[in-house]
Amino acid sequence: MIWAVALGAAALVSAGVYLALLRDVLRSVIGLSLIGAGANLVVLGAGRVASTVPAIVPGGSQTISGAVANPLPQALVLTAIVIGFSLTCFSIAVALAVQQTMRVADSDLLISAEPPPASNGYPPVLDEEP
Amino acid sequence: MVSFLVTAPILVPLATALLTALYAGRPRAQQAMSLAGALLLLASALALAIQVQGGEAVRLTLGGWAVPFAIELVADRIGAAMTLVAAVMGVAALVFQLSDADPAPLSPALYPLVHALLAGVGGAFLTADLFNLYVWLEVMLIASLGLLAHGTAKRHLEATLKYFVLNVFGTLLILMSVAFLYAVTGHLNYSAIERASSAIDPTFLLPFVAALTVALLIKCGAFPLFAWLPAAYHTLPAPILALFAALTTKVAVYALLRLLGGVFFRAPAALFEALGWIAVATMLAGVMGAAYHWDMRRILAFHIVSQIGYMLLGIALATPTGDLGTIFYVIHHILVKANLFLIAAIVFRLTGSYDLRRIGGLYAAKPWISVLFLVPALSLVGIPPLSGFWAKFILVRESLALGHGVWAAAALLVGFLTLYSMTKIWSEAFWKDHPREDWRPAEDARLTPALAVTCGLAALTLVLGAWPEPFVRYARVAAEVLRAGGGS
Repeated sequence: MIWAVALGAAALVSAGVYLALLRDVLRSVIGLSLIGAGANLVVLGAGRVASTVPAIVPGGSQTISGAVANPLPQALVLTAIVIGFSLTCFSIAVALAVQQTMRVADSDLLISAEPPPASNGYPPVLDEEP
Repeated sequence: MVSFLVTAPILVPLATALLTALYAGRPRAQQAMSLAGALLLLASALALAIQVQGGEAVRLTLGGWAVPFAIELVADRIGAAMTLVAAVMGVAALVFQLSDADPAPLSPALYPLVHALLAGVGGAFLTADLFNLYVWLEVMLIASLGLLAHGTAKRHLEATLKYFVLNVFGTLLILMSVAFLYAVTGHLNYSAIERASSAIDPTFLLPFVAALTVALLIKCGAFPLFAWLPAAYHTLPAPILALFAALTTKVAVYALLRLLGGVFFRAPAALFEALGWIAVATMLAGVMGAAYHWDMRRILAFHIVSQIGYMLLGIALATPTGDLGTIFYVIHHILVKANLFLIAAIVFRLTGSYDLRRIGGLYAAKPWISVLFLVPALSLVGIPPLSGFWAKFILVRESLALGHGVWAAAALLVGFLTLYSMTKIWSEAFWKDHPREDWRPAEDARLTPALAVTCGLAALTLVLGAWPEPFVRYARVAAEVLRAGGGS
């Protein structure tokens, strides 16, 4: 089972890195959210995948007997999923806004904040209201 | 009850963020509330620092679990000092916002986001739990993305996207390495990880510690993954820019210091050796990038990168004195760097541009502002009576004492090259005549809050430079506690 989790994480992270390295801005933010999904699987796998019995302490006792699922990584991964989801939504909104306002989807052509040198080799004046 | 004080630097800004969000429709009330919240944060950080001054760290375990399993908040000397400086910067940025020198455009989301950023910073400084560190870094990231996307011009969107991509990659790498470290050690609490890792072969642990280090280096803005920083910072309005310059990268430096100095100090020497060369490359790359630029904000943003190199150098030395150097450097740098950005905004207000080729003549028109600029500028370079000299002196001396001559030489060379950039700003903005003959400094500028903030920060720099002894002693004890106490 742990091998399935490991393979899944590896597949997600490699697909995510491939997409994130593309120059299309929308694809790269989706790639980042795939890396996030891979990271979540790593967190889940970190607690070892052994049992599916929920970790509930029976009434009257202080400890759990027998093999149960590790609840801590589940709590961690839940937090990470929530954060990852909100960041994915935000990043897709930003990527779409970039595409709409600049009419380009290629990250190499995003040069309004960092304009290339002028013909004399000096940086151009960022002539704008700050 | 005193242990609950350690939650104040997190809860106060969170509550202020909520309250200011509720008062979104009433800008005046929102502004007053925001200032009050920042002052309350400053007061609680001060109380915490006084409490910690006695020697004992303030600890709080949450959730009713026993210590290695509970989420622990710890304010020791370093954490309390960093929280205090962060609170000072929060107040400084919000007061500066009252002036009309490049303030942030008012919108209902501005103040809630600033306080959310401060809450994330406070949490990252005070947590003693690896996963919580990740969560607080995410809180900071979300708030800073909101502040970056606050302007809606093309350059703001572009900066937000560039900032987002590398930073999110960094936090995801942190998450993965936290998971691996949990898998190997079985703990998330700093001191529990430290104890558990003493039984583990350091070479086996190295890949995971290295992954965490790389992830935090991305968030620091270290070579070669600093591109997000100079791509984004200069699009921010002055008070927010000062807050970013003061806090976002320094939180990652602090986390690196805490983890490599107090938790994973048994890591193989190769890790620290590599970190030292990364520090040298960071110093050089930052200062070279700054030399090319003519926009004051872009020059100063590249100098953040080069200064981060010095702080990393202290961590790489891996001795209490190296850590002491980093602590002193971080505190000096926060005060000086934010002040330089704020003074640049005053220059912008008076002369009409951030670009050095479009401005000039300020020395003749406003000599006191020139003097005000010189204090943080020369301190950044490391000229003797100022705070930057002591910070660099500690690091260079310790590098030489440990036989790292090249690192020391690089630190001195970069100090010299920093002087080049500061001289460039001095001679272009202050010394030469304004390119327009009929130029007069803007008379209607409302600069009193801005001048109060920048003079206050410059005074702190002078105090730190003239009486470094108590601060160095404080930082020395902090560094020794960090190493002896296993991080928390």
